[in-house]
Amino acid sequence: MADIFDTYVMAGAWDEMFERPGVPRRQYQALFAALQPLGARELRTRADQLARMFTDRGVTFDYAGVERPFPLDLIPRVIDAAEWDLVTRGVRQRIRALEAFLDDVYGDRQVFHDGVVPWRLLHSSPHYHRVAHGWRPPNGVRIHVGGTDLIRDEQGVLHVLEDNVRTPSGVSYVLENRLAMTRTLPTLFSEQFVRPVEEYPARLLAALRAAAPAGVANPTVVLLTPGVYNAAYFEHALLARLMGIELVEGRDLVCENNRLYMITTYGRRPVHVVYRRVDDDFLDPLHFRGDSVLGCPGIVNAARAGNVTIANGVGNGVADDKLIYTYVPDLIAYYLGETPLLPNVETYRLDEPDVCDQALADADRLVLKPVDGAGGKGIVIGPVATPEQLASVRQAVREDPRGWIAQRPVLLSTSPTLVGERPAPRHIDLRPFAVNDGDDVWLLPGGLTRVALPEGELVVNSSRGGGSKDTWVLGEASAPAASVAVAAPSAAQWSPSRTAAWEGEQQ
Amino acid sequence: MTRPLLSRIAETLYWIGRYVERADDTARLLDVSVHRMLDEPETNHSLYAVLGLSPAAPASPQAAIRRLAYDLDEPASIASSVRSARDSARGVREVLSSEVWECLNVTWHHLSKLETLPPHAYLAFVRERAALFFGLADATMSRDDCWRFIVLGRSLERVDMTTRLLAVHLASDWRLVLQASGADESFTRTHGARDGAVLEFLLLDRLFPRSVVYSLLTAEKCLRALAPDTARAGVADSAQAAIGRVRAGLEYSDLDELSDRLPELLGTLQEACAAAGEAITKRFFQHREAMAWVGA
Repeated sequence: MADIFDTYVMAGAWDEMFERPGVPRRQYQALFAALQPLGARELRTRADQLARMFTDRGVTFDYAGVERPFPLDLIPRVIDAAEWDLVTRGVRQRIRALEAFLDDVYGDRQVFHDGVVPWRLLHSSPHYHRVAHGWRPPNGVRIHVGGTDLIRDEQGVLHVLEDNVRTPSGVSYVLENRLAMTRTLPTLFSEQFVRPVEEYPARLLAALRAAAPAGVANPTVVLLTPGVYNAAYFEHALLARLMGIELVEGRDLVCENNRLYMITTYGRRPVHVVYRRVDDDFLDPLHFRGDSVLGCPGIVNAARAGNVTIANGVGNGVADDKLIYTYVPDLIAYYLGETPLLPNVETYRLDEPDVCDQALADADRLVLKPVDGAGGKGIVIGPVATPEQLASVRQAVREDPRGWIAQRPVLLSTSPTLVGERPAPRHIDLRPFAVNDGDDVWLLPGGLTRVALPEGELVVNSSRGGGSKDTWVLGEASAPAASVAVAAPSAAQWSPSRTAAWEGEQQ
Repeated sequence: MTRPLLSRIAETLYWIGRYVERADDTARLLDVSVHRMLDEPETNHSLYAVLGLSPAAPASPQAAIRRLAYDLDEPASIASSVRSARDSARGVREVLSSEVWECLNVTWHHLSKLETLPPHAYLAFVRERAALFFGLADATMSRDDCWRFIVLGRSLERVDMTTRLLAVHLASDWRLVLQASGADESFTRTHGARDGAVLEFLLLDRLFPRSVVYSLLTAEKCLRALAPDTARAGVADSAQAAIGRVRAGLEYSDLDELSDRLPELLGTLQEACAAAGEAITKRFFQHREAMAWVGA
């Protein structure tokens, strides 16, 4: 049988699976051995099975109002235990530093007084919300869920691309991908110990409950969604179901005398913790956009009064702006007295005039990014941009230097991805998810590996036709779970003296 | 008391029950009507009448199928009902079991692919999927308010469809009525081949799950559990009252007089269903009026 990797030509980037052609890295050896005997056609069949399963289960992503299945690639991405340990410590460190920064921003502002971060960054941040000033959440946590995007460069070194501490999404695909993979390729999992991911909903719920207002022993936690037309609606519904909490929309909520209620068939019921997946701007028409009906009027006042906790915190956006990103290594040193464990990508601050002039001169060799762009929007990749694109981005940067950063282009690592019937290298990134319960920052082992499906594409976002991969963190196999001995079923005994009790089934 | 349910979700579940039942009933009705239309063009008119549609100009069986089964622009079509059920379910996925949601999602995705087959295949698929939906709801959902709102919607829709069917086919085609209600075999086992008892069977049989009385009793049971009544006298809940009154009237009616009073009786049943629907909306689905902001 032909080897499915025979035609695999490495793309010049760091390849996650292969050290050199035909030689898999250590953590991939078992996977490589298991995939080979499948053959190209078998691989394709399994991939089709996987795609159908996603359509049937409604694992979708809405883009421009169209509901599409989120493509899952059949070939997993594997991370060994040692590297995962580095990721865990590195991400945890950033979350702790960003928590400290947010606490400072909405408190004493010592970091600005001490000149570590210039005042102008605070004053020019569209996500700094005055209403959050002096408001400390019940257990001090503002980043209940964080998503830090990591990429691997040409030398195999992991870098942080950005931090997401507003409402990071994607974790539902981590859970669904694993479920689909264990059904489609069950034997792969028996070869080695892959750390399970299903702990996430329980961890998240515990963190949300821990953030409840003081004195509420058994808090009611809800998930606030903008509704069924939101791109991440699938995720909102899945998380609510897995946590066993209500998935509410703004129209289900009402505030009265600084308390929040949901409207049920038994009348109003108090709500104590809101895991909101609605942006600040739409959360409360009294404080933010007055025309928004996605949120609930009065919810911010209720939270400020300490009667309800909003997770993630209001105003967190001030910490994940891409310009603040450039200061995160400084923040780690300033607040934690530690050296950063995960490096940033080399980045230039365009709000500093000299840097800006130099960067604009070198624009054709840099990546230019809006500080506030999501989903790869507005990014100009210098080396592949047309002269017109470069001219227009230079103009945009000159008009608003605070609104842009420039980065050294990084050739993202590649991972074998099924294209047609054969694996081909495609660029990937990784978004690990962190949950902060106030005592500990826990990392979901794995996270979302996104794949740029078009050949050579460097932006992996789902809104650019990206797909994903199941992400395996290898660990030590634990002892098999204790099982309870069960007696063999006795032969069925059918008795003709049946009862007429079927009616009772109805209720 | 079971866990409180968001009003919006309760309303959606109620409508899912109605939509799925409507798709099922329409599929049954079409299946038995279509080949009859070849012999008796007037079946065409009665078909539209049962569904409460203005009878189109005499149309071919194919055109009738197109409009009533496949046409997504026709709100009364099967495809529209399935789409509505699926879209509604998508908005309340977190309270449905994933098997129940998947059932509707897969039904919706497969439906249009069956339009090229003979209509019977399409209609049989819809009936089977409706049965699967309610079966999975029964097998995988707790007997809590979520489940009750689905069953409530299904029961009221069933009463509505059966009474329409009887009203249109009154004294004409009993075989069609029995088949369209999925009752022909049950009926024969109960009464033998005696046409005389059809009305009694479809209106009053307490054991046949698609009879009007059975459906009314089920709806009442749901409502009693949804709104436990603490009053010592009378029934405070107007939905329960509306249904109970008409159900009692049916149960105590004189069998011999039944066919004479039928038009009036069916009218009363339709009104009671409408009244119950309004009362349910008023009592349980009040989320829309709550947008106002009150207090500090």
